[in-house]
Amino acid sequence: MSEELSVGCARPTGGPVGEEAGPKEQTEKIVEEKRMVMVGQKAPDFEAPGYHNGKFISMKLSENLGKWTLLCFYPGDFTFV
Amino acid sequence: MFKKLGVNVLAMSIDSMFVHKMWNDDELSKMVKGGIPFPMLSDAGGRVGKVYGIYDENAGVETRGRFIIDPDGVIQGYEVLTPAVGRNVSETIRQVQAFQLVRKTKGGEATPSGWQPGKKTLKPGINLVGKVWEEWTTDMAFDK
Repeated sequence: MSEELSVGCARPTGGPVGEEAGPKEQTEKIVEEKRMVMVGQKAPDFEAPGYHNGKFISMKLSENLGKWTLLCFYPGDFTFV
Repeated sequence: MFKKLGVNVLAMSIDSMFVHKMWNDDELSKMVKGGIPFPMLSDAGGRVGKVYGIYDENAGVETRGRFIIDPDGVIQGYEVLTPAVGRNVSETIRQVQAFQLVRKTKGGEATPSGWQPGKKTLKPGINLVGKVWEEWTTDMAFDK
């Protein structure tokens, strides 16, 4: 039976349940180096598709060099805050 | 306001550009006349968000990370919030104005706690050592 979800500000997600599929003998997990970017350092460049003024676009962060840029991440479209 | 300050705003989430279009056209354009004036970028899989350290692997979404990047591409400030609390845009504007002033004066002036445009700045240098108390008082940390 499915149950009704109450919606909050976090975007609901699912995931696998029960025993993990796949080979179990995997012992060594590759540890990815995870670091937050630092103030005073270069903002990592990226290229991303998007929507702007009624058009689909592709933009690189570095296109904005020469101007101040405010890069805002958010949890998802159609969320509440 | 950001346009007036010469700031390019970019929004980014894991949603596709198609969903961005629908959200803008169906809902946001009802809040903002003419729709969202800045690009809404798509970061499927959170690959950019991971590099910036704001991608939540468990939820599969990006948190509310906001980065102020100067004209040289250097990150001057950031703020990260969990989803349920929205940003204070006025504070972001204040920070941008402060960073712009510092850049304009080539570091000759610094903005103390509570600084707002028009309020006193500090001029770091040998004469200011041990003398900040003469220039700045704790009540200046608060908005008036």
